[in-house]
Amino acid sequence: MTDVLVVAELIDGGLRRTTLTAVTLAKQVAAGTGGAFDILSIGPGAKNAAASLAKYGARKVFVAEVGGGYIAEKYAPTVAEVTKKGGYGVVTACASTYGKDLLPRVAAKLGAANVSDISAAKIDGGKVLYKRPMYAGNMFGWASANTAIAVVGVRQSEFEVAAEAGGASATEEVAIATDPAASRVEFVGIESQKSTRPELTEAATVVAGGRALKSAENFKAVLEPLVDACGAAMGASRAAVDAGYVAGDLQIGQTGKVVAPKLYIAVGISGAIQHLAGMKGSKVIVAVNKDKEAPIAQVADYFLVADLFKALPELTEKVKALKAQG
Amino acid sequence: MKILVPVKRVCDPDNANKVKVSADGLSVTSDGLEWKPNPFDEYAVEAALRLNENAPKNEKLGETLVCSLGPAEVAQTLRQALAMGADRGILIEATDSQLDTMVVARALKALVDKEKPDLVLMGKQTVDGDSNAVGQTLAELLGWPMATFAMSVSTADGGKTMTVGREVDTGVLTLKVTLPAVVTVDLRIVAPTGVKNGATPADHKYNEGARYASLKGIMQAKKKPIDQLKLADLGIDTTTSAAYPKFELPPARTGSCVFVETVDDLVDKLRNQAKAI
Repeated sequence: MTDVLVVAELIDGGLRRTTLTAVTLAKQVAAGTGGAFDILSIGPGAKNAAASLAKYGARKVFVAEVGGGYIAEKYAPTVAEVTKKGGYGVVTACASTYGKDLLPRVAAKLGAANVSDISAAKIDGGKVLYKRPMYAGNMFGWASANTAIAVVGVRQSEFEVAAEAGGASATEEVAIATDPAASRVEFVGIESQKSTRPELTEAATVVAGGRALKSAENFKAVLEPLVDACGAAMGASRAAVDAGYVAGDLQIGQTGKVVAPKLYIAVGISGAIQHLAGMKGSKVIVAVNKDKEAPIAQVADYFLVADLFKALPELTEKVKALKAQG
Repeated sequence: MKILVPVKRVCDPDNANKVKVSADGLSVTSDGLEWKPNPFDEYAVEAALRLNENAPKNEKLGETLVCSLGPAEVAQTLRQALAMGADRGILIEATDSQLDTMVVARALKALVDKEKPDLVLMGKQTVDGDSNAVGQTLAELLGWPMATFAMSVSTADGGKTMTVGREVDTGVLTLKVTLPAVVTVDLRIVAPTGVKNGATPADHKYNEGARYASLKGIMQAKKKPIDQLKLADLGIDTTTSAAYPKFELPPARTGSCVFVETVDDLVDKLRNQAKAI
């Protein structure tokens, strides 16, 4: 019997959907071992987010209204205390940059195994085994914890978002624990670029551009019309980000975001191994590239061999026409 | 300042698709692949060197220590960092099967306790295990503040504090940490102006990426000291926290790539064959 604690991720004082992929793992482990799962809503807006979190069938939703901007040193002590008090066998969160930052620190506090960025789990004789992509997604390792507690990061693109379960979990405020290390970090601020497009890691379609687009202006003038015609999120290769065409938070790959949309259109991306690591789980992959020898062909289903500057405006118009037809 | 940079050797990241599972399924083999420094660790070495120099004047401002855990051959990885300009190496001999996130973090803590650096600067993840956890674990064991996924660092208050720009999902998050601290670095720390130390003029632009070792650097590296220790010498708990009972290769992608020459053909196939638009 393994009880699971989900550490929620909040954004702008409310629930971030990434959390719901960790809820899916929690449900699987709890059901498979005959345990229960609870959720810890922590951060500014924890009370408000708890109302949403109560809809997913958790036994309890704990509330820790920790103020100020997120820093791991401020959150980890409370997560660890709630874990110890509740006797949980698994602590989990989405392996977003929030989870990746926070979870190992929590694991170290608890003397627990940290299992990062899992793509699946299975229960084998009461023991939980976790499948992890390694070597830029070229190998899967099955990991298990040697410790009483496992701290587990969930890869967002590999887990479904949990559905609402009906009813409402009971909520309970918990004491906020502190750590002297927190007094030596100060949250200065966060600079975000707001976009009206879907979130990259949640979009059904992703259109990504590479170095072959040649400039920030071309991203705007040539790629973005296709992105919007598809109702897609926009992504980029490392080369395009390094060249300054778009911001770093659009990078897809081993570094950056891992996506697995229904349709992935790679425009002018040659397909370095590190890029493939971030998108090869996509259902249908389309490459638009002049060079048919480009390594993106290893994972692409369809490869339009063409000059992107000629092909994209035409593709954009045709997609628009199809969408208009419905 | 005194900076400790842990480095790990990994099998050639650009050929990671050539790794295999051993016959018994219990380990990963990278036979035939070259060993290279973990790219993120190489960026950490570069960032440490930038923090510890007045670049245009070629003055050295502090000590850069590099360390590695692994078989005796990781001395080669340390020499590469020494050739870039690091001052001294520490090799902790261990077999790969003895090491996991927790054991590596405990070993690094033992080194930090002995060497007392102002800063541990390291890659945010190794590109073999892809765990992204040692830096955070080490910071917690030390009771130090941390800043992960750093794309920029600048020192202030005479080196007492450091402002770090962190690459996060939603943009760039800025933290100010009081040293000593653990900072893990992301790709863009080696952009031309990613590192500011107050001595190198603020408008100085480095070349993109980690520096290559010069011939002179390679010659000097041969004479730089590498302390040799064994994992057992550190007096730490060497119990691993996680086990990997099985490895497997991802399934091969089914179906081959269909090449098309016209937009009409592509749209037709996406519409009628893949049903994707």
